[in-house]
Amino acid sequence: MLEAGQQLPEQAFAVTRADLVRYAGASGDFNPIHWSERFAVNVGLPGVIAHGMFTMALAARAVAVWAGRADAVVDFGVRFTRPVPVPDTDEGTEVAISGVVRKVEDGRAYIDVTAVCGGEKVLAQARAIVQQPV
Amino acid sequence: MLDQSFVGRTYPPTPAYQVGREKIREFAHAIGLDDPLHFDVEAAKAAGYADVVAPPTFPIVLTMAASRLIIDDPELGMDYSRVVHGDQRFAYARPIVAGDELVCVNTVEDITSRAGHDFLTTRTDVSTTAGEHVVSAWSKLVVRGDH
Repeated sequence: MLEAGQQLPEQAFAVTRADLVRYAGASGDFNPIHWSERFAVNVGLPGVIAHGMFTMALAARAVAVWAGRADAVVDFGVRFTRPVPVPDTDEGTEVAISGVVRKVEDGRAYIDVTAVCGGEKVLAQARAIVQQPV
Repeated sequence: MLDQSFVGRTYPPTPAYQVGREKIREFAHAIGLDDPLHFDVEAAKAAGYADVVAPPTFPIVLTMAASRLIIDDPELGMDYSRVVHGDQRFAYARPIVAGDELVCVNTVEDITSRAGHDFLTTRTDVSTTAGEHVVSAWSKLVVRGDH
């Protein structure tokens, strides 16, 4: 059971170019900023960046682990504040997800989620509501 | 500037999307999940579901495609090459499961303009073909202005 004020353990996820290609195929989002360095640089980005929805999926993955159930999330919203550049290396980059339980009400835990890449917050107003076990 | 008169406009339902078991597995694999609820029909049934359960962000597969109805509406005149994803939210009545046949209804909730950028907020209500509401998705898209 999650409790108000609880700090939730950080979970770090590696993100590589291969992950972006796989996610593009699975999600149907083939925007070339997520796989073409040439295209990304031409539109003013530092290079290939992760899909915002991939970062959101990693955050939801962390929330499911904290909640202890894969089907616990009843509401989840984020703001994408900074891109997540993914270099063409074996290591790629890393996104670290942490959280704190803001409140628990009517059997639901309200979690404020933080996502950090390269020392910068890449999500803002990231809030998940999870159903607590009965 | 996007046309403010589009606020409140609702588009016709999309054709039904059949949620496939392998699509859920593929999506779950792509985001690194390994929970049996997403992969194993028997585990999903034991948890009370008819079939494997989609991860929380799975609805984007449907809703992003559905919202192209708005984005590509020539009357609205969005330049998609300038669009970036600003905000995303999902509110679930229940998880999507394999076998669901889902239709999306898009509504333009808000259009604002600030510092030369346009902001378009869409809501996509996802329901089964039988009319059961499953999830609503809000997307805020930012149309970057000229520099």
